[in-house]
Amino acid sequence: MRSVCLYFQVHQPYRLRTYRFFNIGQDHYYYDDYQNRHIIRRVAEKCYLPANRMMLQLINEFGKAFKVSYSISGTALDQFEQYVPEVIDSFRMLAATGCVEFISETEYHSLACLGNEQEFIRQVETHRKRIEKLFSQTPQTFRNSELIYSDSIGETIGNLGFHTMLTEGAKHVLGWKSPNYIYCNNLNPKLRVLLRNFRLSDDMSFRFSEKKWSEWPLTAEKFVGWLNAMDPHEEVVNLFMDYETIGEHQWKESGIFDFFYHLPSALFSNSNFTFSTPEELYNRLQPMAAISVPYAISWADEERDLTAWKGNELQSEALSKLYSLSDAITKCNDPVILRDWGYLQSSNHFYYMSTKWFSAGEVHKHFNPYNSPYDAFINYMNTISDFSIRVEDCLNAISSVAEKTVKKPALKAKKEAKPKAAAKVQKEAKPKPAAKEKKEAKPKPVAKVQKEAKPKPAVKEKKEAKPKPVAKVLKEAKPKAVAKVKKEAKPKAAKKVKKEAKPKPAAKVKKPAKTASAPKKAKQ
Amino acid sequence: MKVLMFGWEFPPHITGGLGTACFGLTKGLAKHGVEVVFVVPKSFGDESQEGFRLINASDIELDFTQTLTREFREKISYMEVGSNLVPYLDPEEFEKWYSEEVVKKKPEIHSVYTRKYQFSGKYGANLMEEVSRYALVALSIAGQVDYDIIHAHDWLTYAAGIAAKKISGKPLVVHVHATEFDRSGENVNQVVYDIERNGMEEADRVITVSNFTRQIVIERYGIPAEKVFTVHNAVEPVDKPEQEDVTKHVREKIVTFLGRVTYQKGPDYFVEAAHKVLQRDPNVRFVMAGSGDLLNRMIRRVAQLKIGTRFHFTGFLAGAEVDHMFAMSDVYVMPSVSEPFGISPLEAMRTNVPVVISKQSGVAEVLQHALKVDFWDIDALADAIYGILHYDGLRKMFARYGKSEVDNLLWENAAIKVLDIYNNATGHNK
Repeated sequence: MRSVCLYFQVHQPYRLRTYRFFNIGQDHYYYDDYQNRHIIRRVAEKCYLPANRMMLQLINEFGKAFKVSYSISGTALDQFEQYVPEVIDSFRMLAATGCVEFISETEYHSLACLGNEQEFIRQVETHRKRIEKLFSQTPQTFRNSELIYSDSIGETIGNLGFHTMLTEGAKHVLGWKSPNYIYCNNLNPKLRVLLRNFRLSDDMSFRFSEKKWSEWPLTAEKFVGWLNAMDPHEEVVNLFMDYETIGEHQWKESGIFDFFYHLPSALFSNSNFTFSTPEELYNRLQPMAAISVPYAISWADEERDLTAWKGNELQSEALSKLYSLSDAITKCNDPVILRDWGYLQSSNHFYYMSTKWFSAGEVHKHFNPYNSPYDAFINYMNTISDFSIRVEDCLNAISSVAEKTVKKPALKAKKEAKPKAAAKVQKEAKPKPAAKEKKEAKPKPVAKVQKEAKPKPAVKEKKEAKPKPVAKVLKEAKPKAVAKVKKEAKPKAAKKVKKEAKPKPAAKVKKPAKTASAPKKAKQ
Repeated sequence: MKVLMFGWEFPPHITGGLGTACFGLTKGLAKHGVEVVFVVPKSFGDESQEGFRLINASDIELDFTQTLTREFREKISYMEVGSNLVPYLDPEEFEKWYSEEVVKKKPEIHSVYTRKYQFSGKYGANLMEEVSRYALVALSIAGQVDYDIIHAHDWLTYAAGIAAKKISGKPLVVHVHATEFDRSGENVNQVVYDIERNGMEEADRVITVSNFTRQIVIERYGIPAEKVFTVHNAVEPVDKPEQEDVTKHVREKIVTFLGRVTYQKGPDYFVEAAHKVLQRDPNVRFVMAGSGDLLNRMIRRVAQLKIGTRFHFTGFLAGAEVDHMFAMSDVYVMPSVSEPFGISPLEAMRTNVPVVISKQSGVAEVLQHALKVDFWDIDALADAIYGILHYDGLRKMFARYGKSEVDNLLWENAAIKVLDIYNNATGHNK
């Protein structure tokens, strides 16, 4: 039996507000709440909610023969929790059918695999736990941000116990080989690699509503016809795309919902294909060969390389500035700082700085809230300048507290902490003093709490209560003082969460720009 | 294709952007085989008795002769018309200029004009009179040379263009380098506006130097959009000899404003942004190079803000001083309120100086490797300046791409568009 593996990526970054240099050192809230809220609600309404309803209907209709997989980034989950919690509920309903596999990725949709390996591992594990908690299934499949993959990234993922990793069926990597088989990692053959069939995937995600396209309009029947025309030995067709394809990139009026709605029935009645999730493929099929990817690939642009995020001096400088903080961050325990550390890592921020599209023009602008990559860069650098001051302050505070080892101020600090939480709603501006209080309150374990203390809003707090797999990672990552940390972390997490969960001040109004994960355009 | 062009200034005496643009375009057209009769107004002094004189381009003494190609010499004929018209002045300024420069220094100027075109009475210091008189001369030229199309640059020559069109029946193209709205904001001089609008209405095609200006022409002058075309200005590629090492005598980074200190150029926004930057980083120096009617106000404002030790005025700079200024600069800022094109940022970029330009400028339409802000957004302006001074990636990017971007803005490409417009207007298909 041959398979179609349908996988959707769900991601929204926390877009940054306009942050001027004179805000540096004074104003520590970085996000454009208005824009973020506006976009997440709009996309939920146009895509996530109706598409989830449709998927649920299909599963009910086809009695579990219809399968689908998702990965949802942590920043998207946070925004769902904050602005449209019903989206999470609808994913949970899908999870409950048993026909849906949830795939792991980095918590912040980050480029940590290029910046700092320990940070990368931390984020992978964080996300895995979070998905486990939310959907009661432990992800066995991993997809990296932008489908970035290389032999060594795959090896790291294999060592974390994942069965399968998804990436792009990049031509320059495949050569004469077909993406329609299962491969395995070149260094760790235990890890399976599924390769995106970019032609068929892009037919849906990019070309679907393109009237100049010779195959327009694309119908489910036509599409199944193409599948039938494939070499009969080929085992699997990997259709990977942004979930926003359904209803957001391709409008409802284009017929995209009808297409997906009719795809299963067309497939079942006219072909010998069925739907499978990556984990099912892992259990059923053997890899054909190892795939060698010495240099990282991604699903972006013609080149399928990293140049959309790391292709010019702006991006290099921003990335190196960001990850130069990695070490300091591991010693830092302020949950707000840790949250910002995560949000600032989303790959989108670097994508906005790309100068590749100067010639390509409009299509990319669609995904970019900035007028130019230079504006994006300046805004990011201002933000990160402030952030690094905070990290520094945090470390200084820790070391001065550690020297004193005073315990008295603990009580006082706690008292103060409450009114502060309220004050923060108005303007999140004072994480520094807040950080200090906490530090004073618990002078000892401070340094390590950080890894655990999830800077996330709500919901997750309980994750920390069940610290099994985390502990494992931590051991690999930083085998220093794990056990202690956990004890402390629990009560704290609760407190923290309260603070965080408060919606942020409505920041500045920016024109809403749709920002979906992957750079689209050049793919055709 | 042969063009009768009413332009401004000719080498070696070019004083401003208008003359540079006319000369560049003429050269570009010559490259594509277009013949141009180039007519400019000029004060002769007393050595000439004719109303105009024809000069071969090859006879002109040029200090940069090597830059003129052979076809240029063959294609271009050049005429000077005795006239006191000068570009860049409005009627009031003209009056002042006339009384100071012309009347005082050349008292015998009235002998310049032939009897044929002489006005009864004295020449008033009146710009409008000069415009009409120039048109009369144009009429005479237009009857004597052969051409397919007429091309008039900026409003002072529109009347001449219309006159030529009337006598020859050939199509007229007017080239809008600036409008009265750019020069005067909302306080437009009605007479100037009327001349401009009349020129555009009479013209068969209107060329604007940017979409920004095109929009003004359509909206403010009521010209039908289908006859208004944008042809962005270009720049002459200059291969300057290796820059002599300009020694900077100060340690701080230098941020430069260079241009007329007038309403149109937005100098006040530069001062306010400087203040913002200096509050955070005192190790920067700001320079305002140029003069104009707002200069004293700027000096007062700088004093008021108490940033005088970090903010410097150089007065008007010319020639080598300008190059020197660019060479010392770390950022060049053009915060113009309304700038039809704006060539100076391109000159800065050619010297590898990163630029911040206002979105209300035509040049913003053709540049990618520049920071663009709204002129009124002082915060954004300050932020852009600060960003270039502090984040190295920007400097590297601009150094890598800026110069080549400018070097690709060629007059010969602009000339192709102009030639298309000629063909279209004359009904020639190629």
